Amino acid sequence: MGLSFLHRRQGATPYLLLAPGMLFLGLFFLVPLGFLAYQSLESGSIDFGYAFTWAWHNYSGAITGYGTQFKRSFAYAGIATVLALVVSYPVAYWIAFRGGRWKNLLLLCIVAPFFVTYLIRTLAWQTILADNGLVVRTLTDIHILSPGDRLLATGTAVVAGITYNFLPFMALPLYVSLEQIDQTLIEAAEDLYASKWRAFIRVTFPLSLPGVVAGTLLTFIPAAGDFINAQLLGSTTNHMIGNVINSKYNELIDYPAAAAMSFILMAIILALVLIYARAVGSEKLTG
Amino acid sequence: MTVEAAPPPEAPAASAEYDIRLIGLTKRFDDVVAVDRISLDIDRGHFFALLGPSGCGKTTTLRMIGGFEEPTEGRIELGGVDVAPLPPYKRDVNTVFQSYALFPHLSIFENVAFGLRRRGVKGGDLRKRVIESLELVGLAGLEKRKPRQLSGGQQQRIALARALVNRPRVLLLDEPLGALDLKLRKEMQLELKRIQHEVGITFVHVTHDQEEAMTMADRIVIMNGGHIEQLGTPSGLYEQPRTAFVAGFLGVSNLLEGTVAGEDRVTLTDGTAVQVPRNVLAGRTGTVSIGVRPEKLRIGGGEANSLAGTVTESAYIGVSTQYILDTPAGPVTVYVQNDRTGGQVATGERLTLSWSPDSTFVVDAEEGAQ
Repeated sequence: MGLSFLHRRQGATPYLLLAPGMLFLGLFFLVPLGFLAYQSLESGSIDFGYAFTWAWHNYSGAITGYGTQFKRSFAYAGIATVLALVVSYPVAYWIAFRGGRWKNLLLLCIVAPFFVTYLIRTLAWQTILADNGLVVRTLTDIHILSPGDRLLATGTAVVAGITYNFLPFMALPLYVSLEQIDQTLIEAAEDLYASKWRAFIRVTFPLSLPGVVAGTLLTFIPAAGDFINAQLLGSTTNHMIGNVINSKYNELIDYPAAAAMSFILMAIILALVLIYARAVGSEKLTG
Repeated sequence: MTVEAAPPPEAPAASAEYDIRLIGLTKRFDDVVAVDRISLDIDRGHFFALLGPSGCGKTTTLRMIGGFEEPTEGRIELGGVDVAPLPPYKRDVNTVFQSYALFPHLSIFENVAFGLRRRGVKGGDLRKRVIESLELVGLAGLEKRKPRQLSGGQQQRIALARALVNRPRVLLLDEPLGALDLKLRKEMQLELKRIQHEVGITFVHVTHDQEEAMTMADRIVIMNGGHIEQLGTPSGLYEQPRTAFVAGFLGVSNLLEGTVAGEDRVTLTDGTAVQVPRNVLAGRTGTVSIGVRPEKLRIGGGEANSLAGTVTESAYIGVSTQYILDTPAGPVTVYVQNDRTGGQVATGERLTLSWSPDSTFVVDAEEGAQ
């Protein structure tokens, strides 16, 4: 009797441990998500109230009306993700393999921008990329930009901002996966006639793939839904779907359209992530 | 073996007889000298052991041969060619790492095929050689597995197959059996010896385990403090150690201090005269230590050299009994075979020990016995 009671309690332990998290997810993610789904099929206006009418036209309208912004979001997020990967891989590699006793300090430098709020960090880029700022003047002087060309309020500025803002999300997982690689494996590859470059391609890079996957997902997903960078560093011709959702929700008070767009965004991201995971191989995700 | 690099014309003809030739090899890490001007010739086809306590420089020496450490000074000749400036991937040498270092993301087949692929071996030839190599280590049929699906002993064999499949001039083994349990280690010792006989490649094996080195190697280099103490066959090193360190590192030995009293005679500190073969004493004068192994001592007289003392300790170990005697010349350990029932000697009894001059070795005294 006493024993079976103990056994039952042990059986319940995992669920008890999971309960707070599940409760939180249920209350603050699933319930609002359901509410959002419900809202996305409503029609009406703020003045006359909204009613649930299975209004699928919210979805078709979003796709036909804002296809450009959807495509632009994924293009910007994609380019920014690739740039962040290209920029942070060598940095993460260097810190992991050559950082020595400076490792922690260097990692702190990577997260240092997080000590400043997102909005301020992005506003700083307005100054950096300003028409009479140092970057534009230098690029004009070395004839990469023609006189009169701007950086601010262009797609370049938006992509640069996104890349900058999400860089730590790329660099940290890369660092973690690179740091775990046993250096003897690289020696073994070189022992087996692989040059430094071959050893990197055949051993180091494949073993760092879990970090590459984690980093690209952590960068791409929030970047695709971002609107701050496009708002502060771009013009209306650089608006992403996040800007549209933001204005539908906050300015036009068209909740159903904003909800429908959010769902489309979520669905496309989910589909892309699944395709990506399939392409890389699910085994690589778990290491 | 088949992959023999043609010696360049300027290489001295004599050095081509050796697979490896180390000349004045030195490695300094900041102000620590890990390897101190080592010179060593390793003949083709030998099973060579670098033996010594941790920190003696044996692993650093191996890593320099493999190309993972750059020598501070000196030459490393492989088949007569100085490879010291070459990176590891340009050396005809393969390594079995202590941690095995199997590539976790590749199958066993691809692990073994790694070196061959880098050298452009393809298709049926590649497959044939990989399977052959797996057969050599008795693990054919596992090629589709991943390393983590194998036991430690199996991983060890795969590491061996991965290195041997390339038929290198020299195979380097860095404490390859260190992570295995005792029973498996004994098995692998014999297995490694068999494989070395079968492939005929020169093996250079680093270990701190004297029994492992004695079991497998046909030549042993004993290293200490970055330099070579003595080089020889297992029995040569055991029977005639030239330094107190070698005498103490390989098995147990009794070292007794004395003074040279003639070209074949040493007088111990208590006045006992001991006969030593002339070639062993080798013209030494002054203070020396004479040594004799505990199993070479006999209870009672009958041999040319003898010493008397009181039994202070005895330990019965089954096959033999170990006694420690207090003699005027110093403490002496003796192993007596238990080839008859009974006949144990009690503590406090007086015994006379005798031994043959041929079982006596001499080491320089100032190094001191430990």
